[in-house]
Amino acid sequence: MIQFNDTQMAEFKRLVNRYPADKKKSALLPVLHLAQDSFGGWLSTETMDYVAALLEIKPIEVYEVATFYSMYNLKPVGKYMFEVCQTGPCMLRGSDDIIAYINEKLGIKPGETTADGMFTLKTVECLGACGYAPMMQLGKHYKEHLTKQKIDEIIEDCKKAAINNN
Amino acid sequence: MSETLFKVTIDNIVIEVPAGTTILNAARKIGGEVAPPTMCYYSKLEGSGGKCRTCLVEVSKGSEKDPRPMPKLVASCRTTVMDGMEVKNITSERVLTARAGVVEFLLINHPLDCPICDQAGECYLQDLSYEHGADKSRFEFQKRTFKKVDLGDKIQLHMTRCILCYRCVLVANQLTNQREHGILDRGDHAQIATYIQKNLQNDFIGNIIDVCPVGALTDKTFRFKNRVWFTKPVDAHRDCNNPKCCGEVRLWMRGDEVYRVTGRIDEWGEVKDASNGKPGWICNECRFDKKKVSDWVIEGPTNVNRHSVISQGHYVNSVLPQETLPEVLNGRQPKLLMDIHNVSEVNKPNIELSALDRPAHSTDF
Amino acid sequence: MGSIKLLLEKAHVEGIRYYDVYRREGGYRSVEKALKTMSPETIVEEVKKSGLRGRGGAGFPAGMKWSFIAKPEGVPRHLVCNADESEPGTFKDRYLMEFIPHLLIEGLIVSSFALGSNDTYIYIRGEYAWIVDILEQAIIEAKNNGWLGKNILGSGFDCNIHVQRGAGAYICGEETALIESLEGKRGNPRIKPPFPAVQGLWMRPTVVNNVETLAAVVPIINMGGEEYAKIGVGRSTGTKLISACGNINKPGVYEIDMTISVEEFIYSDEYCGGIANGKRLKACIPGGSSVPILPANLLLKTAKGETRFMNYESLSDGGFASGSMMGSGGFIVLDEDQCVVKNTYTLARFYRHESCGQCSPCREGTGWMEKILWNIESGKGKMSDIDLLWDVQSKIEGNTICPLGDAAAWPVAAAIRHFRDEFEWHITNKEEAQKRNFGLAHYANPIHVPA
Repeated sequence: MIQFNDTQMAEFKRLVNRYPADKKKSALLPVLHLAQDSFGGWLSTETMDYVAALLEIKPIEVYEVATFYSMYNLKPVGKYMFEVCQTGPCMLRGSDDIIAYINEKLGIKPGETTADGMFTLKTVECLGACGYAPMMQLGKHYKEHLTKQKIDEIIEDCKKAAINNN
Repeated sequence: MSETLFKVTIDNIVIEVPAGTTILNAARKIGGEVAPPTMCYYSKLEGSGGKCRTCLVEVSKGSEKDPRPMPKLVASCRTTVMDGMEVKNITSERVLTARAGVVEFLLINHPLDCPICDQAGECYLQDLSYEHGADKSRFEFQKRTFKKVDLGDKIQLHMTRCILCYRCVLVANQLTNQREHGILDRGDHAQIATYIQKNLQNDFIGNIIDVCPVGALTDKTFRFKNRVWFTKPVDAHRDCNNPKCCGEVRLWMRGDEVYRVTGRIDEWGEVKDASNGKPGWICNECRFDKKKVSDWVIEGPTNVNRHSVISQGHYVNSVLPQETLPEVLNGRQPKLLMDIHNVSEVNKPNIELSALDRPAHSTDF
Repeated sequence: MGSIKLLLEKAHVEGIRYYDVYRREGGYRSVEKALKTMSPETIVEEVKKSGLRGRGGAGFPAGMKWSFIAKPEGVPRHLVCNADESEPGTFKDRYLMEFIPHLLIEGLIVSSFALGSNDTYIYIRGEYAWIVDILEQAIIEAKNNGWLGKNILGSGFDCNIHVQRGAGAYICGEETALIESLEGKRGNPRIKPPFPAVQGLWMRPTVVNNVETLAAVVPIINMGGEEYAKIGVGRSTGTKLISACGNINKPGVYEIDMTISVEEFIYSDEYCGGIANGKRLKACIPGGSSVPILPANLLLKTAKGETRFMNYESLSDGGFASGSMMGSGGFIVLDEDQCVVKNTYTLARFYRHESCGQCSPCREGTGWMEKILWNIESGKGKMSDIDLLWDVQSKIEGNTICPLGDAAAWPVAAAIRHFRDEFEWHITNKEEAQKRNFGLAHYANPIHVPA
């Protein structure tokens, strides 16, 4: 059974306390972020049911929200997810080439994960970094002004970080 | 009476309605063609309407005080009248163009599988297409399909036919205390589903079938059993044990057989008020389990609009034709030939007809 | 340095992100002035006098919006800051929040006081995850220094600011969708009326304003509304942040005072620094992806042959026939090597992806437009597709609950309006169009002005 640990539970309480006592559901989006970060980077049905119970709402209310917003992963994803922007302004600065290069380098198409579960490639729509294009989101941060060389470095950094973490 | 009355002109017809009335309900009071068609609005469901955009009308004069016209077409179901307002529905070219556009949008991804759809004959999308649609499609792409979702043994969901009116979600919210289905995903992939495969259980959930304007939610106990125009609707009632159920229903009969039980639907496609003054929602037991004439007290034939296809079938004392094939076949039941309901599952069980992104052809059966 | 800077004046001061430096540089003066010497009503008056227009895209006068807020007895009111910056081409709010977070917090405190909001929310797009930390840090600093919390500066006014992260949905930039999302629901825009000013967040009176709008309240209070209104021209008062991107030498966020010409903005070294790699300008989307794209000739000069300026009125001169809009200030520049069809296709894909799916015209129409555009782009187009596309967009525009339908329709309409020959070339030269782009054609030629 999944459950928030003490630190996560404290954060959960902080999030819920920002809203009026009878409006607990308002915390749903931030709590889903917390749950996704806490339980393996994606939202399983079990995780969503747990969130529903914590917020005292129906499970379907959580499913409806989780499937609406693009940042919630409803399937397991790689340890490092490359979310490359492909909208107009990034396209003008060559995002297609970046996506093709990652595809070539890691052997994964958008939506796919490498066999070792390390990398997922995902194309996304505008992330609000148009002046620093082409760009992608990696975890909490943006990687901007991407070039092929920079992609190589990022991949290497991820691999190193993965070794150091284990 | 201290109620304030507003004078409103719709398609050159003047009517007085209480303040707070929507344009749509004012138009319905006039009736006939002046009432804009609706696909998502349902007066007995709080918060319905505004989404399908079929009831758009032009407000050519805002009110007596502020006569400026409204720049955009407005959803008549969610816009309240003002005193002196002038509205154009079928007298507005803009409205008719926009409405034709909405019909086209609703149809581009619709499977147009009316020949195998149980809703045919009482489908509001059929009526709308007949009145406002074009005779051919300009959409030349693969139609959208969805993964099949099973809602249990009583209710059939065909997501490809759904127009996302949200009525069934509102029914589950407002009539039952445990909503289990909802709208998942977004945009053109939004769908009615349960996320996890789940049977809908609540004892009033069957009403989602009655509110569905299209064939997305149909009654599995009636599925493929008969065409609505072969059946004859009669109003009936019973003493239902469920305190929330009015027990006042419509039976869809052929001969002495009750094929289907539904709520009593009015001319706008909404469930009528029951004799207790409350909306005549019925429970699942009345709907799905009471299929014998002896279960019911029959009040009399339902008054059906003469333009409805249901009144076109003059099968007054019709009985089912006698099965002759078993005789010819030495008593063997003609499963493959006559059991058309299951034909698609017998011959090509891997093809789900309603999931086709185009009309079904004979090669699909 | 030519133009006046009100918001980004101190942006390059080392450590301005932190309270001590911000305060030392004169920060939080407007809170002192407002809470000690002004009443909520006089603050609203000052904002009205300033002529400040909403900086999120619609350009609605902010003071007017504030004055609409209902004040029923005993019902809390809320100010919500719209930081769901998602319009392609727009990244100005991000810059402001990331580098001068206290400016936003300061503006929020004054505005909350003016509107009577004791709990104010910043709704920030989910992808700006690291900025949430920056803002929360700034809020803690402000609170520790007595600018937030109970009885601020002894005024009797209590205020807390909370940061809520979205989770990836452009539609939540629409104020009623944002409110739904803040309530923990799907971001489906509400049908208006009721307007948020009467029934917004939790059915309470609510004002939703863009980040830049709320930050601009700080200079307005400091200098007075009338002084603020003297900057700029006509109904385009004050300064505006423009986020410039695309094929220019210096993409970035610039503060302009709305008196400079578009040409100066693109070519001067103070701003965009000209077109990158020595190329020529082909077209530009001057106010975020949803506003009409303009060919170079109509961008630099209006149809009447007058110089076009970077302000609300001048950018929209000529209406949609020959003008565009200031929008959110997302300035996207296309050089001669860019393909308008492909650019329009990516935008159509964006709007299809971001449609909430409530209204049938938008849900079905955006996907249809994307498919037709992909056919044209990938060499499968027919000549009749162009008229079909035009017809589809015209049936979406104006027929939906929220402006996303319009936002999806306008870029398609404008691309066909001004670049129809490029679409036709894609269809008549299918193979060539896969290998090279249409080029500049006549788009940069001076516009013909009838004598």
